[in-house]
Amino acid sequence: MAFDSFDAFLAMGGHGPYVWACYFVFFALFIVLVIWSRYQRRSAMRGIARRESGAGSPVSEPATADFARVESTKR
Amino acid sequence: MWQFFHKLGSPKWFYDIATRLMPWLFWIGVSLFMAGVVWGLAFAPPDYLQGNSYRIIFIHVPSAFLAQSVYIMMAVAAVVTLVWRMKLADVFIKSAAPVGAVLTFLALFTGAVWGKPTWGTWWIWDARLTSMLILLFLYFGAIALGNAISDEKSSARAVAVLVLVGVVNIPIIKYSVEWWNTLHQPATFKLTEKPSMPAEMWVPLLMAVLGLYLLFGWLACLRMQTEILIREGRTRWVKALVQTGGNA
Repeated sequence: MAFDSFDAFLAMGGHGPYVWACYFVFFALFIVLVIWSRYQRRSAMRGIARRESGAGSPVSEPATADFARVESTKR
Repeated sequence: MWQFFHKLGSPKWFYDIATRLMPWLFWIGVSLFMAGVVWGLAFAPPDYLQGNSYRIIFIHVPSAFLAQSVYIMMAVAAVVTLVWRMKLADVFIKSAAPVGAVLTFLALFTGAVWGKPTWGTWWIWDARLTSMLILLFLYFGAIALGNAISDEKSSARAVAVLVLVGVVNIPIIKYSVEWWNTLHQPATFKLTEKPSMPAEMWVPLLMAVLGLYLLFGWLACLRMQTEILIREGRTRWVKALVQTGGNA
């Protein structure tokens, strides 16, 4: 342990506000990014599920995923 | 080799691999990163010049490191998009760009807050800081351009070209501390030399960098899966996946 007490740890030798502000913003932003990314995937899943249960019109759909390449528009 | 390359281009194959890989990336990444940060914050010795403010390094350097690495990965993906027209490469660029932008912002923010007690100023227009700010705008540009073009193929190519043009900024960031007089200190880690700081400082820093790398990998997998779901929503395997209750 580099500090004598918990108070010394929080104070960081007078640099406490700087250090803790950095760590707070870092974790806050990173956690928001993670929550947002997870929410996006869940809502994508829900969107597909809703479309599947709602619109029952059998439109011709590709049987397999054949999207490995971005085809050139020019031939 | 080529078979592997083609498999890699298949979204379904990637989706399955990512699902299996993600728990490992997440838990190893979180453990490494948190261990590095706690070690750095509480147990590493104070710096003899800067005192305790230097402890910001344990998040500043990983953020800055990743900010540049992510851009280089995006540039490689841009080449793959343009040359082989592989869709997954474009999926990677679109998924990674917001993460890169956040990391660049964090590098700038933690740098500014560190600069105040150390240099006496939040910000100066010197080479390292300015080139990092340009990196942030390059990320914003890639995100905005990708959102502005609705056609998937045109969007993929336009963003790839922009990302490739912007890669010229990376060596400028890297060598800015050597080419110009700057307040910023030189690189912490060099491949050719031992770090100039004691092991109790650079070992936790390295752990934090590696941990954040793995966490970025996890986040990239998660976001790429989302992008694949949206793009392949009408294929049979995605529908089957959604019906079985999402990801396993």
